[in-house]
Amino acid sequence: MNSFVLKMIGRRIGVGLLTLLVVSALIFFMSNLLPGDAAQVALGQSATPETVAALRKQFGLDQPVLWRYFSWLAGLVTGNFGVSYASSIPVRTIVGDRIVNTLMLASVSTAVSVPIALIVGIVSAIYRGSRLDRVLGVLTMSVVAVPEFLVASLAVMLFAVKLHWVPALSFSADTSTLIGFLKAYSLPVLVLCCVVMAQMVRMTRAALINQLDSAYVEMATLKGLRLRRIVLFHAMANVVGPIVNAMALSLSYLLGGVIIVETIFSYPGLATTFVDAVSNRDLPVVQFCVLFFSVCYLLLLLLADIFTIVFNPKLRKS
Amino acid sequence: MKRLPYAPRALWRFFLSLPLSGRIGLVISLLWIFIALFGSMLAPYGMEDVSNASAFGPPSSAYWLGTDYLGRDLFTRILVGARYSIGLALAAALLASICGTLLALLATVIGHWFDEIVSRLVDALLITPSKIFALLMIAIYGSSLPVLILTAAVTYMPGAYRIAHAQAVGLNAMEYVMVARMRGESIWHIASREILPNMIHPMMADFGLRFVYIILMLSGLSFLGLGVQPPYADWGSLVRENLSGLFDGSPAVVMPALAIATLTIGTNLLIDSLTSRKRIKIKEGQS
Repeated sequence: MNSFVLKMIGRRIGVGLLTLLVVSALIFFMSNLLPGDAAQVALGQSATPETVAALRKQFGLDQPVLWRYFSWLAGLVTGNFGVSYASSIPVRTIVGDRIVNTLMLASVSTAVSVPIALIVGIVSAIYRGSRLDRVLGVLTMSVVAVPEFLVASLAVMLFAVKLHWVPALSFSADTSTLIGFLKAYSLPVLVLCCVVMAQMVRMTRAALINQLDSAYVEMATLKGLRLRRIVLFHAMANVVGPIVNAMALSLSYLLGGVIIVETIFSYPGLATTFVDAVSNRDLPVVQFCVLFFSVCYLLLLLLADIFTIVFNPKLRKS
Repeated sequence: MKRLPYAPRALWRFFLSLPLSGRIGLVISLLWIFIALFGSMLAPYGMEDVSNASAFGPPSSAYWLGTDYLGRDLFTRILVGARYSIGLALAAALLASICGTLLALLATVIGHWFDEIVSRLVDALLITPSKIFALLMIAIYGSSLPVLILTAAVTYMPGAYRIAHAQAVGLNAMEYVMVARMRGESIWHIASREILPNMIHPMMADFGLRFVYIILMLSGLSFLGLGVQPPYADWGSLVRENLSGLFDGSPAVVMPALAIATLTIGTNLLIDSLTSRKRIKIKEGQS
């Protein structure tokens, strides 16, 4: 690693921070350009002007918009995320445990899906055009094309209702013992993995096939090298960057998947809080959740870019 | 055999030109569009008719797909729900594709600073994750049919813009466009007569993809209870309202979800066969 690479990474992180600032402004100003502000919405149509004015004062809505934006930003940095309109509880207490639960679900799914997806993707790229590859292609295409809740409900039908391997309502089980943990997490994790893995397999396969078509692989084949050696030592060295990039990008599908999966299994995570807040139009909670998920998304994109830079041999040498 | 009028004949020829998977996809897509148009007339019962069968009844000769959580005929509700699922998604996809194409066309033809500004704005929209953005819009503006269509259109417009922009930039550099410029044609003529006609085909394939994405997003929103609101129901809402039957193994949850799946997979098959056919043509041209 040289100073040029470090400089590029530094610039990428700078761009990421700038993007985050733009996203935060977008979130804040979109939700403050309401026709009839949050106090009006919270109290409903029948509220008198006096009570609305009082509530506006309590929420701090009588301040100028720009000032409120900067105090919101300052609050985010210091860990003060505002107070829920619906329940008057600080947002921080509402989301605290739930973030941990959601991150738990996401990280278990990642740990399970990444290695499997890698192997399946590589195998189907090597044996492309074979019957196995075609079956995998149809399978992954179908999983990508159908709604997540279909995958989830079919999994519940099969494993909980027909086979009785796991309890149907998973989060009544206690998670302190290993068996209980497995029982509670297996179905949600299975569904999330299906959704993410389909993406990963497709992208890994595409990245590797791209390399297998190149001239140096043909040269290695003509030299009489074994297929395994070509893939593992020749193609892999060049394909690590694109594959890690593909993995990070596919993990962003976790964000969408986690919302559906938490709802269907009534899992006590951030996404269920988010959905409840959206239907109650509880803006401080919504703003925080949107920002949190956006930060996760941006981090994944950043990671993808950094890996591409680090694993690009052209940049490393120059 | 009697000669068919022009439109069905063209459709038939198009059908014959497709590979098997494309034919299957075309038939499924057309079938669902037909149901979306005439579903309420085909339905054996009324949308709100409560049968005297029990709730979550199994499929029978009277109720082909069983009954839902209130004992209403599920087959009827899926037929009628097609109108909302497909209608909303078509409207939003059309809006997204047309706006994206026109904006890309304008950006390319006008060029320089205008192109720069529009492209950067679209990039900013593109980095916000789509589902999260949709939820924010609904939290702010509440859920109604216009808000849903607009949200979906705004979310998927940037993707269409990117594709159209790449097309338009490529075409803009073609010699015949340069000739038109030198002839002194106005930018409107160049945009509408020289560039746009050559963009239509790739944008149609892209439109199919946008349609699938939007179907999935809107049904996901309805599944969360944030999409189409009762008394109307699209397929996502049907899944949501019957969710309590899932753990008893009722087909009422899976059937509407399968309806979505057939539509999206069918459309995907159709688009795949269209794009791969074009790739073959390009290869023939090169050799």
